[in-house]
Amino acid sequence: MNINTILWSVVSLGGLAVLFGIILTYASKKFAVEVNPKTAEVRDALPSANCGGCGFAGCDAFADAVVNGNAPITGCPVGGAALAAKLAEIMGVAAGDSEKHVARVICCGDSNNAKEKYEYQGITDCKAAEALAGGSKSCRYGCTGLGTCVKACPFDAIHVVNGVAVVDEDKCTACKKCIAVCPKNIIELVPISKEVRVLCKNQEKGKEVMQSCKVGCIACQKCVKACKFDAIIFENNLARIDYSKCVNCMMCAEACPTKTIYANFKNRKKAFIHDDKCIGCTICSKNCNFEAIEGELKGKHKILEDKCVGCSKCYEKCPKDAVEMR
Amino acid sequence: MNLLLILLSVVLVNNFVLSRFLGICPFLGVSKKVETAVGMSIAVTFVMALASVFSWLVQEFVLVPLKIEFMQTIAFILVIAALVQFVEMVIKKTSPTLYQALGVYLPLITTNCAVLGVAILNIQNNFNLIETLVNGIGGGLSFTLAIVLFAGVRERLETAPIPKALEGFPIAMIAASLFAIAFLGFTGLGQ
Repeated sequence: MNINTILWSVVSLGGLAVLFGIILTYASKKFAVEVNPKTAEVRDALPSANCGGCGFAGCDAFADAVVNGNAPITGCPVGGAALAAKLAEIMGVAAGDSEKHVARVICCGDSNNAKEKYEYQGITDCKAAEALAGGSKSCRYGCTGLGTCVKACPFDAIHVVNGVAVVDEDKCTACKKCIAVCPKNIIELVPISKEVRVLCKNQEKGKEVMQSCKVGCIACQKCVKACKFDAIIFENNLARIDYSKCVNCMMCAEACPTKTIYANFKNRKKAFIHDDKCIGCTICSKNCNFEAIEGELKGKHKILEDKCVGCSKCYEKCPKDAVEMR
Repeated sequence: MNLLLILLSVVLVNNFVLSRFLGICPFLGVSKKVETAVGMSIAVTFVMALASVFSWLVQEFVLVPLKIEFMQTIAFILVIAALVQFVEMVIKKTSPTLYQALGVYLPLITTNCAVLGVAILNIQNNFNLIETLVNGIGGGLSFTLAIVLFAGVRERLETAPIPKALEGFPIAMIAASLFAIAFLGFTGLGQ
């Protein structure tokens, strides 16, 4: 091994590298292209998930589209309202208002409630199971629980628990990937503030439903009668909540005999009247459908907590903003 | 005459993609549409021609005099990488549309074994400068021929009735292998 060889190799190759470096630096200055700095700013603000939820091919493409005016600043479902506000700042426009939506699986037929028609030994994929007479669940409208949606979710926000897929609402970004892959079409996008949901898509009624699943919707219509806000649509033997009218009072969930309607009663709000603001106009008690407010004209009003269901009617109607929902 | 022979042999007989199996990555990756295939092949031809010349020069005037021919691979890669960077900058400035269509693929050309392959083959065959240039251009042309023909076939395959399991990549591979077998027919043409 001649020391000269090593020396010459290092020197010549190093020299070549430096020479090319100089040429390239010069070229980069000479051939510089003007990049819109706004595009870089917008791109930095994006969450970089590259999920395609905006409809563009990744975050770079969305950033370009926003700067060129081809995409709305509310277009990113992952970033949501916070991102829209930031983009509005960068682009210098006013942001629209959009509430956070989450995906929800419309089925509560887990292994305690529903049975399996047959033992499925095929590929662990819901679409494959769907091809075999609608899956192995006893109810053909229900979740097969094989987790195709779990694989599709880029945010680890959906998991199969006890044979039914459940969405983790904190992680869900409403990118709609799970909705696209579900062969039963039982995942829906709902505003996160809407607590009540009918967890069933079964279009049969009565005994047939009970045979398939203990918590299916039997089309008894008790919820429709219980709802004082006309927020339940009943069609095809199935109850559905009209979210434009629902006020989270959870009365339907109380009335449902099969416990198909799910509502987290811990989140039920109770109204509270602030004494210092109440002027005794009685507008609230007149509007209360549940007789949960007592008080005389010109006197301070009080909420009867055991009757209050948190429908927020009094909160909306009070002219003095004396009602607080908590 | 010799130059024509070199050109013919590299384009048809020893086609870089279909006989030597170099540069398969962009061949399969960029051949979905004929337009992108043409753009890509122009870029590859340009890079191959320049890379052949520059790597030959480096071999002649740096590696051989200093007796460090064993550094060939690294030196050539250095030359090719720098060259592609340069080409990328030029394209970005002169033709933004081409850059948008091809920008992603330019770094791909750097690591394309066909480009390194042509540089090394030039040295192996003891070509002089002109022969190197012709071989480089010929290599680019052979790539062009292969990829443009293949893109045409693939475009047709989009609307053909293909079994679901073979759709997309599998049928492309099968088509490519049929191409390679067909090009075997050119062996012996040089004689």
